[in-house]
Amino acid sequence: MAQIFAYIAHKDGVADDSALELATAAKAIDAGADVTAIVVGAGVDALCNDMAASYKSVWKIDKADVAYPNAEIIRAMLAKVVPGDAVVLMAHDTFGMDLGPGLSIKMDSPFAPDVVGIDGVDGSTLKMVRQEFGGQVSTHVACDIASGAVITIRPGSFAADESKSAGGAVADKTADAGDVTAKRKFLEVVEAEAGDVDITKSEVLVSVGRGIEEEENIEIARELAEAMGADLSCSRPIVDAKWLEKSRQVGTSGQTVKPKVYMAMGISGSFQHLGGIKGNPFIVAVNKNAKAPIFQVADIGIVADILEFMPELTEKVKSA
Amino acid sequence: MEPIIAPADFSLFGFIPTVIFSFLIPVVGVGCFAYIMARRVAPLVKAAPDNRFDQIPQRIIAVIKLWLLQWRQPRYMVAGVLHIMIFVGFLVLSIRSTQLVILGVSSKFAIPGFDTIIGDIYNVLKDYAATMVLVACIIAAYRRGVVKPARYAVPEKYGHDHTAEAIFVLGLISTLMISESLFEASELAASGHEKFLAPLSLVWFEYLLLSGASQGTLQAIHIAAYYVHDITFFFFLCFLPMGKHFHVITSVFNVFFMRMKKGNTKPVRHDVTEEQLDDLESFGVKKIEDFTWKHMLDFYSCADCGRCSDQCPANTVGRPLSPRFITIKGRDKLFANYPLRGAFAESKPLIGDIYEEDEIWSCTTCGACEQECPLGIEYIDKIVDLRRAMVDEGMVPQSLQKPLSALEKRGNAWGKMEKKRAEWAQEEEFAAQCQVKILDGKETADTLYFVDSISSYDDRMQALARATARILCAAGTDFGVLGKEEKDSGNEVRRFGEEMLFQSLKSHNIDAILNSGARHIVTADPHAFNAIKNDYHNDELPDIEHLSQYVARKIKSGEIRLKGVEDPSKIYTYHDPCYLGRHNEVYDDPRNAMDAIPGLKRVEMIKSRDRSFCCSGGGLMLFYEPEEEERMAVLRVKMAAEAGANVIVTACPFCLVNMEDAIKVAKMEDTMEAIDFSELIARHLDA
Amino acid sequence: MEILVCVKRVPDTEENEITISSAGNDIERDDLVYSVNEWDNYAVEEAIQIVDKVGGSVTVVTVGDDESEEVLRREMAMGAEKGILVSDDAFAGADGKGIATALKGVVEKEKYDLILTGAQADDGAGQVGGMLAAMLDLPYASLVNKIEVLDGKLKVGREIEGGNQEMSEIEMPCVLSIQTGINEPRYVGIRGIRKVASVEIPTFSASDLGVSAVEPALKKVDYFVPEMGEGAEMLEGSVEEMAEKLVELLKAKGGLK
Repeated sequence: MAQIFAYIAHKDGVADDSALELATAAKAIDAGADVTAIVVGAGVDALCNDMAASYKSVWKIDKADVAYPNAEIIRAMLAKVVPGDAVVLMAHDTFGMDLGPGLSIKMDSPFAPDVVGIDGVDGSTLKMVRQEFGGQVSTHVACDIASGAVITIRPGSFAADESKSAGGAVADKTADAGDVTAKRKFLEVVEAEAGDVDITKSEVLVSVGRGIEEEENIEIARELAEAMGADLSCSRPIVDAKWLEKSRQVGTSGQTVKPKVYMAMGISGSFQHLGGIKGNPFIVAVNKNAKAPIFQVADIGIVADILEFMPELTEKVKSA
Repeated sequence: MEPIIAPADFSLFGFIPTVIFSFLIPVVGVGCFAYIMARRVAPLVKAAPDNRFDQIPQRIIAVIKLWLLQWRQPRYMVAGVLHIMIFVGFLVLSIRSTQLVILGVSSKFAIPGFDTIIGDIYNVLKDYAATMVLVACIIAAYRRGVVKPARYAVPEKYGHDHTAEAIFVLGLISTLMISESLFEASELAASGHEKFLAPLSLVWFEYLLLSGASQGTLQAIHIAAYYVHDITFFFFLCFLPMGKHFHVITSVFNVFFMRMKKGNTKPVRHDVTEEQLDDLESFGVKKIEDFTWKHMLDFYSCADCGRCSDQCPANTVGRPLSPRFITIKGRDKLFANYPLRGAFAESKPLIGDIYEEDEIWSCTTCGACEQECPLGIEYIDKIVDLRRAMVDEGMVPQSLQKPLSALEKRGNAWGKMEKKRAEWAQEEEFAAQCQVKILDGKETADTLYFVDSISSYDDRMQALARATARILCAAGTDFGVLGKEEKDSGNEVRRFGEEMLFQSLKSHNIDAILNSGARHIVTADPHAFNAIKNDYHNDELPDIEHLSQYVARKIKSGEIRLKGVEDPSKIYTYHDPCYLGRHNEVYDDPRNAMDAIPGLKRVEMIKSRDRSFCCSGGGLMLFYEPEEEERMAVLRVKMAAEAGANVIVTACPFCLVNMEDAIKVAKMEDTMEAIDFSELIARHLDA
Repeated sequence: MEILVCVKRVPDTEENEITISSAGNDIERDDLVYSVNEWDNYAVEEAIQIVDKVGGSVTVVTVGDDESEEVLRREMAMGAEKGILVSDDAFAGADGKGIATALKGVVEKEKYDLILTGAQADDGAGQVGGMLAAMLDLPYASLVNKIEVLDGKLKVGREIEGGNQEMSEIEMPCVLSIQTGINEPRYVGIRGIRKVASVEIPTFSASDLGVSAVEPALKKVDYFVPEMGEGAEMLEGSVEEMAEKLVELLKAKGGLK
């Protein structure tokens, strides 16, 4: 079995949640494998030590010109440093989407993107699960990894491996990476303004409807969204009342959203609203009316006043 | 007293014969007028063709009714009566005006036949006419200057106020009245002999005032009054084509050429058949010359009365549309591009210049404006033509692109699958009571129930389809539906400006309907009713009825019997859907059907029948987000409450969607409910 | 600027209900309507807007069969000057790498300054753009939501987590994958499509391009739909109890960050 590598995504010295999920994914490929974490960045010593608790070996590439992760540069480095027949795992995040496909070509390995499940290896054939058509169907796929593979893993599809029992060592591969010039130069990150959230890209949405009753109550929903790391959205009446911007409206005449989790708070579930929710999200509906149509399409239903329920939920989420 | 010297014989300062002026003023006046008219006609020559020479007898009747009898004026009573006074006055005085012009040249001139009693009667009539006109002008000026009715106001973005121009013209008319009667009064005061003067008329008062004046004064007044009248008259004549009083000249033509048919939409171009549409370089109205000559005539004919905008629901809820200014801006553009002096300007695209995109998308095609206009000015065709051009140029609001693409691919705006179109009929409880045949070639039926998209796919509206089917079953009609072969009727698609998509839906539906072998069509959707009846243009198609017409007929024949009202305490009011009422003039059948339910209490809203207030459901508006201060339907349910009702009955699924939504938005769930006509009847069927 | 935009004909997820075929090896394709992949449409609109500003022309290319021509025509009705169809049995059932290989052949036939693809398509892989760039040895940026033309290079914005935007400078020629929302694609009506109905679209086979087919590395074993219950599972108890239970469920579903 070839070496398994996990590319660690990080920001400001802190590893992304996906970092430890990759460890779990690697175990699903080969339970006994020693997985190597790759950390690329500038001033990443502390992070590498951290990762050493979870990975048997950590390869560090520490250079100023990758202080910000530039996929063009990093791809070239990895192609040099990582063995050609390795299985490389990375998160299917915006960086993974940038890095992965080209890396698979440079390494001349098969590419398996946005994998949500791994069913183990049969000989040198790796069995995985993917989704297609915006999550409406799933597929079992298989791939010969004898000459390696590049696999991007959907964040959240594996649990993080918190065991921290690896006791690994950090190896400095900076020199092997060498100097790389890329034809793409990073300039800066422009932060989103509060009103600039594009809910069509949100993974978790706290969505409010008429049940919110008053404009000032929206604050309650905002707090819940913040606690959950979610974005705030709404149904049409809220926008008509001008309590939230149009860009936050979910529905046939608003935005089409494809979240993983959709919290329908005080939303009745009208046809026009539901028409804006695609894919197969986990829908939690809270509504005073036990007969609200939303309960027919929701996964979890709670008959309660959202003005009572949301603060309670926010508290529980914060202490979770 | 000596007899007074007429203008034809008078000499100014003793040596200038004023008859020269009597020649010059009319000649110059008519000459200027002819020149101005020629410039005004110029753009009409370049305009798109129009088809207005058909149905001559109906057109003549329209002229008699709307122009001569001022039929629509009293809809706004005060202004209407004032205008009728001025209009009648003008008609009567037209003879006098002609006489005066000729008198200036030949003082002995008398109109042939008027040297008899006819002449005397006319004299009395004209005196009262002039008095009536002056009184009307004074009241009108007061209204304009002091009362300032809201509909005359000019919102800032449309420029300066029009009150000054209005009062100026009232001043000109008053001057004509006063000078004409002074001319007569001064002569009578000088001649001394008793001539019968219409008591309490303007000239009668002036005669009294002038009775003690000297010969010299009377002579001066006589000549001065004549030339003041003459100059004012020809000035006014040339002033008419310069602004809103152009309608004085164009109104009779505008009414003669007005729309005779209701509910349909004009073809893309009158000189291009449907088969030739593919070869057309450009669709719709992009620059002003793309309008037809009748539409340009409409622009000229606007009297700036504001009644259209006053009735316009989009205007009422604060959308950026005011029909009055669509016309005024169009007129001003024609004036600017075809000036009286100088070269004709090169035409620029209208959208972005005088019209804004949102302005044109705001219209729901309800027709309230056209219904109200006393001059027969049309709006819907112009809006549709402007939209055709915007669609041609790709200027389609984002929120509407998805439904249009869905209509193209799936034949309905929600993008739902064709094979599910008749699923509403399979609802367990319903299917047990009522079998709905699918007319797919294997099954046939006498009557086709054309369901149309919203009733087929919307969860709530499917109840209407079932209710309609129940009614058809109860009446013993042999009916069926087209099922997956049915596509959207295309009424909104056409009014949206997507003509080719409409043509494609239409030809598909016509084939499906003809293949079904049905001999009658019934629909509960007024939009489908309108499209098939007025826009499909196919003689082979069977006749089509709206459910309310069908029900009214069946009640009369006894095939449908209704039981007593469920809840006698409820008070019902009927909301006229635009595409059933105004566009197709079906007002009584739904009411008669409702009244046939024993014990049903019904009230009328103030704005009902052809003044019904649109719910905003027309023109794909379920998918478009306009800028507005309030929703039209919210205003409508409040009107229902004001009329004392707690149930609002509509006969259109779009209306129902909007009413139910509005009740929630206005938090009136406890005081108002909305129900469709089909549901009401279905619930009261006597089994 | 000469721009090549790679487009794909896909089942419209908006207007279709995707179900598994009875054999379980594909989705049910009988009742599907197809259209151009939404991301690709944004890419074509962006290309047209760039060319409107700086001159040049837009070419759209697709790898498919005769039916794929309809999406080429639609994009040409939108404003692309030229269309290219790559059709060969060898490419039937090709995976991302196979498509990228075919597209490489097309790119090498002309000189393009910019190559665009959509960020992803119906299979959610988002791989063709990145692979094509690597095969051609051109710089790449994915999830681009803003393009500014500079002298010989582009300033691009990438959509990253949290709604933030990563700004970079990239040299031309390059490959970019375009994210939805970068612009507002113009409307294309039936009329526009009829106008381009008779424009010539050259078709290339594998040998015309000098490439050979590639066996897909990732094999699809079957399609399935994961278990889902009927209606909501209603929670019971006090508000506090239900909130606690919900937190557990949310954690399991990855709804908490």
